[in-house]
Amino acid sequence: MQAFTRLDAKAAPLPQANIDTDQIIPAQFLKTVEREGLGRGLFFAMRFDAQGNERPDFVLNRPEYKGAGVLVAGDNFGCGSSREHAPWALMDFGIRCVISTSFADIFYNNCFQNGLLPVVLKADEVQALMEEAKGGNHVASIDLEAQTVVAPSGRTFTFEIDAQRKAKMLQGLDAIGETLRAAPDIDVYEMRQALAKPWLEEA
Amino acid sequence: MRPMPGKTLYDKIWDAHFVADQDGESIFYIDLHLIHEVTTPQAFAGLRAAKRPVRRPDRTLAVADHNVPTEGQGLGVAAVSDDEARLQLQTLERNVKDYGIEFFPMGDVRNGIVHVVGPEQGRTQPGMTIVCGDSHTSTHGAFGALAQGIGTSEVEHVLATQTLRQKKSKNFRVTIDGEPIPGVGAKDYALAVIGAIGTAGGTGSVIEYAGSAVRALSMEGRMTLCNLTIEAGARAGLVAPDETTFEYLKGRPAAPKGGAWEMALPYWKTFFSDDDAVWDRELHIDASKIAPLVTWGTSPEDVVAVDGVVPSPEAFESPDKRAAVTKALAYMGLEPGQPIADAKVDVVFIGSCTNSRIEDLRAAAKIAEGRQVAAGVRAMVVPGSGLVREQAEDEGLDQIFLAAGFEWREPGCSMCLGMNPDKAPPGQRVASTSNRNFEGRQGPGARTHLMSPVMAAAAAIAGHIADVRAFL
Ligand code: SF4
Repeated sequence: MQAFTRLDAKAAPLPQANIDTDQIIPAQFLKTVEREGLGRGLFFAMRFDAQGNERPDFVLNRPEYKGAGVLVAGDNFGCGSSREHAPWALMDFGIRCVISTSFADIFYNNCFQNGLLPVVLKADEVQALMEEAKGGNHVASIDLEAQTVVAPSGRTFTFEIDAQRKAKMLQGLDAIGETLRAAPDIDVYEMRQALAKPWLEEA
Repeated sequence: MRPMPGKTLYDKIWDAHFVADQDGESIFYIDLHLIHEVTTPQAFAGLRAAKRPVRRPDRTLAVADHNVPTEGQGLGVAAVSDDEARLQLQTLERNVKDYGIEFFPMGDVRNGIVHVVGPEQGRTQPGMTIVCGDSHTSTHGAFGALAQGIGTSEVEHVLATQTLRQKKSKNFRVTIDGEPIPGVGAKDYALAVIGAIGTAGGTGSVIEYAGSAVRALSMEGRMTLCNLTIEAGARAGLVAPDETTFEYLKGRPAAPKGGAWEMALPYWKTFFSDDDAVWDRELHIDASKIAPLVTWGTSPEDVVAVDGVVPSPEAFESPDKRAAVTKALAYMGLEPGQPIADAKVDVVFIGSCTNSRIEDLRAAAKIAEGRQVAAGVRAMVVPGSGLVREQAEDEGLDQIFLAAGFEWREPGCSMCLGMNPDKAPPGQRVASTSNRNFEGRQGPGARTHLMSPVMAAAAAIAGHIADVRAFL
């Protein structure tokens, strides 16, 4: 996983609730065996019209938001399908941080597997940030170590994040490698279970 | 000293699978890992790159479902015309072979939608932990198994370690009591729950369904209910196992046999919530008050009774929701105040992991029998697995559907998601038994109304959304 420590980047406002992972990356882009390249399908129906032309009014198509690294979105971002292609597409497009009042569980979890930082702020804070992002200056700073978001105006918000998740993301740790440190515990568990539930061993 | 409070079913499954604590996170064991072609290629690539083996190929089962065409499956994967889909299917074939994982390939009678196949084979059992790279893994909770959807990185994690790292969720009990009116069933219960709590209502929780109306459901009905739990935002859904569960399991290919069955049964019976268990949240629903339901918008929480009208944006308090409703109505091509039953349908889709099991097909066939699909409507029935298809044909259901003008197709996810050849064209209205009515879900620009199999069959006959009660 890519480590996340600090990010200074343009923040793009996407004031819409319940943005589902089908909207983030529609199913026709899931027929890939790679992780890379999914940025081309990001927000496909919002970014492009039926003829495949960019919709000039969609936020990420607007020149002032080109190269945005932060997305400020409405409630319940990432609901729906478990597809990890959603964080992959966001990352491939250059987004490293999504800020919302809430995230769907599976999407939230998937973000931490990839170094995409989901930041939960209170409703009025997201609203304030959204308004600022719509204005002339869009650059926000996100500091994971300090757990702060500094809005373009300099207004600073702090956010909560699980300590373990934070530590792993700061270092970019590989979860499998970590779990394999507990391999002896897994061995013991399996031996006990094989005795207690032998019918599962015959499957 | 005060006695310890009782445990919920979820607590018990969690405790039984706890392996170790590591840096404040729990590592817990996964009994069954279901995999399919779409969310695994990158996981296997990761394993290969790190030279890691699959820890328990025997606890892993693979199917091909999302990408498969629903006709011509006998021609084999080489005949799949979409290059990318074919490559994905071939990649799965290679991966299961390299790692020694049991696989039901396309065309095998045992193949089908992953959440239909697991239970049907008896792989899904009470008290288990089950994961799959698919959000509707919640389906398997119908057996009293903790079943969760995961992303591809976690698929790789489970392949490599047979465990998952997680923090515990909250306990949420939904009690559904009372006698439903005819024409109302599990799909309506599920839509009623989502309508009541919203698509984020269950976030951070595991929902256990209890109450007399849930007990009265068949396994198929319970699977429908648990399947849709993810649309309420919850991590998983659960129904405590009972005689209905054991009866369903008995004799299935992977269910324990003989002495093993006698050992398993008392173990399974320990998986229920204690009377004095503590719930973080509770919801009560009276089944007798639920009318047949349909969705009008682009979120599964946009639910209305079939005899109701399309709401107006002004009816909602929050400005965000008002904006979302305005956008949804424009996408759906509906007017505020219009009776939902006026909406003409172009396509009817009976299928998906929500409603493609034998009981769903029987119920839909009862409505279709002796009637005709309305002119101009494309109606399709897609069984959830080859075995469901076979059983339906044994019972003559295919003939009923065909005589009524439905297409009778081969198993797969089909028109549930716009990924394989079964897509609804832009602007067309679909009466669908699937689980998501998101923009573009069934094809770019397609308009989805979620409903039960009997309601979908009624819509096919009427040519518009229709109250199934007039067809009973
Ligand atoms: S039928 Fe639909 S929801 Fe179910 S597994 Fe397939 S694509 Fe997912």
